[in-house]
Amino acid sequence: MLVFILRRLFNAAFVMLAVAFLAFAIFRVAGDPVEMMANEQMTQADRDALRERMGLNDPMLVQYGRFVANAASGDFGMSWRNGQEVLGLIGERFPATMELVLVATFLSLAIGLPLGVLTAIGRGRWYAEALQLVSIIGVSLPSFVVGILLILVFSVTLGIAPAFGRGEVVDWGWWSTGFLTHSGRAALLLPSIALALYQITLVMRLVRAEMLEVMRSDFVKFARARGVPRHRIWFLHALRNCLMPVITMTAMNVGSLIAFALITETVFQWPGMGLLFIQAVTFLDFPVMSAYLVIISFIFVALNTAVDIAYAVIDPRLRETK
Amino acid sequence: MTDPATQPQVNLPADAILPSDGPDGRIARWRKSDLWYSFTRNPSAILGTLVLLLLVLAAFAAPLYVPQNPYDPGQLDLLNAEIPPIWHSDGMWPFLLGTDTQGRDMLSAILYGSRISIVIGFASVALSLAIGLMFGLFAGYFGGFTDTVLMRLGDILLSIPTILVAILVSAVARQALPANLREIGAAGVLVLAITLAAWVQYARTVRAQTAVERKREYIATARLLKVPARRVMFHHILPNTLTPVFVAATLNFGMAILTEATLSFLGIGMPPSQPSLGTLIRLGNDFLFSGIWWVVVFPVIQLSLLVVSVNLVGDWLRDALNPKLR
Repeated sequence: MLVFILRRLFNAAFVMLAVAFLAFAIFRVAGDPVEMMANEQMTQADRDALRERMGLNDPMLVQYGRFVANAASGDFGMSWRNGQEVLGLIGERFPATMELVLVATFLSLAIGLPLGVLTAIGRGRWYAEALQLVSIIGVSLPSFVVGILLILVFSVTLGIAPAFGRGEVVDWGWWSTGFLTHSGRAALLLPSIALALYQITLVMRLVRAEMLEVMRSDFVKFARARGVPRHRIWFLHALRNCLMPVITMTAMNVGSLIAFALITETVFQWPGMGLLFIQAVTFLDFPVMSAYLVIISFIFVALNTAVDIAYAVIDPRLRETK
Repeated sequence: MTDPATQPQVNLPADAILPSDGPDGRIARWRKSDLWYSFTRNPSAILGTLVLLLLVLAAFAAPLYVPQNPYDPGQLDLLNAEIPPIWHSDGMWPFLLGTDTQGRDMLSAILYGSRISIVIGFASVALSLAIGLMFGLFAGYFGGFTDTVLMRLGDILLSIPTILVAILVSAVARQALPANLREIGAAGVLVLAITLAAWVQYARTVRAQTAVERKREYIATARLLKVPARRVMFHHILPNTLTPVFVAATLNFGMAILTEATLSFLGIGMPPSQPSLGTLIRLGNDFLFSGIWWVVVFPVIQLSLLVVSVNLVGDWLRDALNPKLR
């Protein structure tokens, strides 16, 4: 058991080192950082001094080691665009993205689960087939298209929901929340739906597939033979057995939701990490880009590793493999 | 079902090679197949195929019939800017779907844009297939060190969300290109970015299948007969791994078109001088609140139709080729 956990942790650490190398390599491709930071009045001697101070004359491996050490202690350097500390910039934006992702995750379960059950138990009926078709459309529509359509309908035409920004926020320690004000909640509405739609269809399709499988199993047949009411079979017996994969997928997908939020954030001008990243990409602000890459991958890898370990704790069969 | 590879290569009737309607011709055989049967029973697959064919034809034949070449600035006239669609009272012939703020005909721009989207989607699926098949075959066949290295590389790529991989590759590759090549190279950069994000999936599928096939008796026989490794891999194993890959490729064609559109929408894809559907949506998005809805709604509809039809076909293929569901 301990060996399994250690091996998973070692794997995760290896992957993070590799991601850090990618993030580090981005700087190399980007060109000479001294040229980017220097202003016109700097003499060649000043530039050389800056180069030496930044450690750019050291061997590559030393520079990489320093990058990893700094990143591990949360130091990603200064933004090339406005000279602010990168970690501070990202930390400021972190709550906005997380609140969006949390609401989207909640929506995906609150809407996806019942719809999944409905399409499974109504298989062959017109409404289930219609929902199934709609779900293909939901998977096919890119999230920026969903966002634009939502804005067109609810902001431009009906004028009932704000189309950009985060509304009023309340500071709560270092966390800023939009949950506590009316405008903050209204602003969350459209972006969270746009972000959640894909996830809703995923949950729905997964629940449907699992339900169809479980409904064929012996214990459901037995429950039916005992005369258990149908809705009890659906929601207490069958659905409960579908929840494990749904929870796993939801936990693992939080990482990709955070990444995909960057598209939603661009459409709705939502002041989160993703918008910061996209602006960094357009302005070629490489410290912000690589910090974002490292942080997102860390969340991603940490979630996957946690799910794997949790599974091994729950299900001993998984410890044997590999 | 007979394996085509085991059939004798000589003395075949001519219609076995050339498509014809003879009793043993390819078309006749195809029409007797399970795949064709399930296709005719699946209305959404038929609809998807028809719409897809129509869109592809319309896009590639566009230069023959659209009123202007949207990439030629000389054909744009600012006097024609912001004309609404033809059914609107201010609509004007020949601008069926209206014009944008530059006087660009939306229908022409959308059809040319679809052409770019389709070509980029197709090229990136083809390239990632080639890379994925190659890596998967080598890793699965040789195992050991090659396997570890290739699959670890895949693990690392999979531990970064695909959209991030694509954005980073696209941003960095554009930066690495000399400034005068950036506009021309944009399509190539996009293909590269989408490919790097997508090949891992094929490699993993093929590797798993190869590792299984490698232990089969016909492979052992081939190796005893001293058939070279390359031939064993490509002629004996590869055909047996293709079914799941084929399904994944169809679905990924839709994904590739979406990724291209997303990158272009974010401003790191096709430039405004050669707009793809994503670029058109990005340009139109700035005018959401100014009442000229047609510059964004029509590209959105076209993109959605394209991807939905690909996914309808892909969904059907996945179910039809899944032996568990037979």
